Amino acid sequence: MDMKRDYYEDVKHFSSGVMLFWFAALMIFLLLYPFLFKNYYVYVANYIAINIIVVVGLNLLVGYTGQISLGHAGFFAIGAYGTISLMTLANFPFFPALICAGLIAACFGFLLGLPALRLEGPYLAIATLGFGLTITTIIGRIDILGGRQGLHAPDLIIMGHHLNTDRQFYYLVMAIAVLLVFFARNITKTKVGRAFVAIRDAHIAAETMGVNLVLYKTMAFALSAFYAGVAGGLFAFVLRFIEPELFGFFLSVFFLTMAVAGGLGTIAGPIAGAILLSFLDLELRNILNIPYVGEWLKALSTSYFSLTGVSNIQFIVFGAILIAIMLFEPLGLYGLWIRMKKYWMTWPF
Amino acid sequence: MTFFAVEDLSMTFGGLKALDKVSFEITRGEIFAVIGPNGAGKTTLFNCINGIYPPTGGDIVFKNNNIRGLKPDRVAKAGIARTFQNIELFSNMNTMENIMIGRHLFMKTGLLRGGLMWGRRSFAGKEEIENRRKVEQIIDLLELQTFRSKFVGGLPYGIQKKIELGRALAAEPELLLLDEPCAGMNAEEKQDVVFWIKDIQDELGITILLIEHDMNMVMDISNRILVLNFGRPIAMGVPDEVSVHPEVLKAYLGEDDADDASGP
Ligand SMILES: Nc1ncnc2c1ncn2[C@@H]1O[C@H](COP(=O)(O)OP(=O)(O)O)[C@@H](O)[C@H]1O
Ligand SMILES: [Mg+2]
Repeated sequence: MDMKRDYYEDVKHFSSGVMLFWFAALMIFLLLYPFLFKNYYVYVANYIAINIIVVVGLNLLVGYTGQISLGHAGFFAIGAYGTISLMTLANFPFFPALICAGLIAACFGFLLGLPALRLEGPYLAIATLGFGLTITTIIGRIDILGGRQGLHAPDLIIMGHHLNTDRQFYYLVMAIAVLLVFFARNITKTKVGRAFVAIRDAHIAAETMGVNLVLYKTMAFALSAFYAGVAGGLFAFVLRFIEPELFGFFLSVFFLTMAVAGGLGTIAGPIAGAILLSFLDLELRNILNIPYVGEWLKALSTSYFSLTGVSNIQFIVFGAILIAIMLFEPLGLYGLWIRMKKYWMTWPF
Repeated sequence: MTFFAVEDLSMTFGGLKALDKVSFEITRGEIFAVIGPNGAGKTTLFNCINGIYPPTGGDIVFKNNNIRGLKPDRVAKAGIARTFQNIELFSNMNTMENIMIGRHLFMKTGLLRGGLMWGRRSFAGKEEIENRRKVEQIIDLLELQTFRSKFVGGLPYGIQKKIELGRALAAEPELLLLDEPCAGMNAEEKQDVVFWIKDIQDELGITILLIEHDMNMVMDISNRILVLNFGRPIAMGVPDEVSVHPEVLKAYLGEDDADDASGP
């Protein structure tokens, strides 16, 4: 074998010119997006970008390291409350507040990672679930955090510019989302990401090759919590008002559903999952407005599922999606894409 | 200086004595084999050395340090690598990435420098290239080129065993523990492995502690042999001594060792 290999080939960002072209096209589309769509869809894009950040981070933990979390709404809440209160109570500018809130979430992630060293599967799911519920309950009882009444986000001023509208906020959210996706992608291609996957696939072998389980498992939790925290901080400014109710158990399940629907253990999958399900989530909230179907669903829901009625029809739809994925396409949207690609490559033969 | 020594090592599972006061010493550069019937405690010995099980008694000395009770990753750091009897590969990684895990201890890229990798001249980029080059050499040595980008989960058993060997070699250990490296291989593959093991000893200067069922192979390549039976050492010495040792003959003939007779 005298063939000279380019060892950077496997790690480089764009494996071909075509990939680079599509990436550039995507970036241009994202830049123009606010000019192409009406205000509501800019708000939708912000919401989606925030979910992408959470899900990409969650996927580093669940998909790559093989640790489950049903408590990410807790980190999300810490990020949201942390950012706002650092700004209002401690007079932090926005970026330092956002980063600090992310780091606080990461600290909690680290702490949650410690018991996770001894727990697996359903036990870990229950522990993380308990964590998420505890966080929102505690926040609801702290008066300076607004208690049950909630908190208003302060004015957002970045380098002298007020960001008041969704359009103005859009570029900030998108830039952070793109940056964090790149960061995650790079991690999966280098030492830390390989250690994560090694732990997921065969933790004993990983350990005998020198991977420190305690270090890397807690690191995965902290990193994933950091993503959720930063996303939470941004979320507070998209909504401009936050209350503990927003960060309930369902939100954690929603995050996990997005990751699983997209395809765990890939970068593109969770992004696709976040886009699709965030969109679905917002649309399903308006389901009551659909003539006939809306009324029928409301009747169905109030008589069989819950007293509050259609407001939680998403629960049912997302539950159904999860079950369908488990049954038909364990690799999620990503798996579907791979199969489609294969199909078209061999088509029409 | 003691290179590697096990002193009065014991390991009990409930009431079962899987290892009962086992002692031996290995000098640098030799191939030392551990043989014995199924369930004799050979794999348990490896698991104790490795830190997967904390031994219930005794000491393990490596380069004058007592490594007994250290966590597996610390043992790896000290310079001991191993392969497993039942393959323990990272099944959703390809061959290259599996062997790259062997380079884990040589790499310094953390979260920040990894996440911010940008181009081949960045710290993480350079480190990747450098270590991938090393891994490629191992892939060449073990003739795994055809499999370098394939997920290991679906590869043939013999190939997976080789990848495990490659992964251990990538860690550049001073002591290499091989748990039945030839199990499940055909005659030709076995020949290759014997050849590589000798190579690893001769050219890389790595000391080898070997568990093997195939008596011909053990007699052929080992410098010295330890025989275990029910967790107790019953004989130790050069191949010619051990093969005629009455206790060994009794242990091997008195037991219908299906594994040995039929061979996979
Ligand atoms: N984790 C464990 N728990 C209980 N018993 C074990 C465990 N590991 C090994 N043993 C027992 O220890 C004995 C030695 O096993 P082992 O070391 O795997 O033998 P071998 O010489 O075939 O590699 C066997 O009786 C086995 O059942
Ligand atoms: Mg064994």
